[in-house]
Amino acid sequence: MISYLRSIWIAFSHMFKKRETYEYPEKKAPLPARWRGRIILTRDPDMGERCVGCYLCAVACPVDCISLQATEDEHGRRYPEFFRINFSRCIFCGYCEEACPTYAIQLTPDYEMSEYNRQNLVYEKEDLLIDGQGKYHGYNYYKVAGLAIGGKNKGEAENEDKPIDIRSLIP
Amino acid sequence: MNVTLKTALIILGVPFAMLSLAAGLIWVERRLLALWQDRYGPNRVGPFGLLQVLADMIKIFFKEDWIPPFADRKVFVIAPAIVMSTILLSFAIIPFAPGIIISDMNIGILFFLAMSSLGAYSIVLAGWSSNNKYALLGALRGSAQMMTYEVFMGLSLMGVVMMTGSFKLTDIVLAQQHIWFVVPQFLGFVIFLIAGIAETHRLPFDIPEAESELVAGYHSEYSGMKFGMFFVAEYLGIILVSALITALFFGGWLGPGFLPGPVWFFLKTFVFIMFFILLRASLPRPRYDQLMGYGWKILLPLSLINLLVTGAIMMIYIN
Repeated sequence: MISYLRSIWIAFSHMFKKRETYEYPEKKAPLPARWRGRIILTRDPDMGERCVGCYLCAVACPVDCISLQATEDEHGRRYPEFFRINFSRCIFCGYCEEACPTYAIQLTPDYEMSEYNRQNLVYEKEDLLIDGQGKYHGYNYYKVAGLAIGGKNKGEAENEDKPIDIRSLIP
Repeated sequence: MNVTLKTALIILGVPFAMLSLAAGLIWVERRLLALWQDRYGPNRVGPFGLLQVLADMIKIFFKEDWIPPFADRKVFVIAPAIVMSTILLSFAIIPFAPGIIISDMNIGILFFLAMSSLGAYSIVLAGWSSNNKYALLGALRGSAQMMTYEVFMGLSLMGVVMMTGSFKLTDIVLAQQHIWFVVPQFLGFVIFLIAGIAETHRLPFDIPEAESELVAGYHSEYSGMKFGMFFVAEYLGIILVSALITALFFGGWLGPGFLPGPVWFFLKTFVFIMFFILLRASLPRPRYDQLMGYGWKILLPLSLINLLVTGAIMMIYIN
């Protein structure tokens, strides 16, 4: 009996407590810094696409919502011919971001992507690609990778020594 | 002519006011529940969300009014009408202020008890005609609960009737000019309150409906305005029981002179309506057998003791 009265009193006393509600469209809940929301494709500092079309994100994706086709430009630099994410399937697990070797694919703290038409949730490359570097500034895969590519030979990358001629005895 | 006009106004005005109050209560309840659960509740449609009621009404009027093919059509249609009419009829005996009463009959309380017993038919018929096992279970529980609580609901009021010497509600209110009956009849008040909650099958005694167990109980199969009638009848029931508690135990329209009588009546009634909603916000639903146990083993003996003690004291004092 006492416990009934006590619970009635507790419910009543909540009248004077702060409300938990965020009145959403006007006031948004604070997001954690690492919130996993809308997926973007980023560019390197020279405004080139970071994505090298390695398919690792598509492989890592547990719901198979990423599809892409890699291709090469005239310098041998790989990039995706198309890159498509079906956000109606995406579960925002962030595995694609973890799998990406070039920091190209990133999740952003943006969750307001509702659509009236389901088809509009399929984002193409031009929807995904942003004109910025996302979370990782100053990183350029082709500048640090020891890969010969148009305009850059072996040993010309940052922090990279010239290739050693293993047939020579001169140090 | 003037008297006839006044009577006609009261007869039309009371049901109209009660129905609009009942509709408004939907908003009040949602806002209050939200307040007690640290939320906001409906606050978008109109000022403070007041137009939410209108939006809900429009919605429910335009809903498909579907009668299941397996239902017993005639009974299915008539069941919600019974509960609405019995509850609206019960308002005939409520004295809102001196003179503002539809019918000040000398069997007022008996009339209310009779009407609330008739209301049980609505639940039973609705559950039976739905031809649905959940609805039938709800109706079964509803009828048992109503029967149980009807008994000591009447008995708990007998103390008040004895002290007044009349079943007439205006007499009962006027007999409280010196002291409200809640003081000498505190036990009767508590029992009537509990029985009233059970009678309107509000939480925590919403066992006939029990969303978590029986879908929606006896009105599982109802939709559109027929469901709306059950819903409005539930809110009308809250108003009715609150108004009765006010009239029987809290001096009805009597109160300090700086406010007119009807305002006092409304304020007191509103406090009890809020209390009903607070109970919904705080208490869990008892198990079915627990409810019956409380009824027969605790509340019925208590109301009998209340009756005996009241009678004995009155005999000593009057002789």
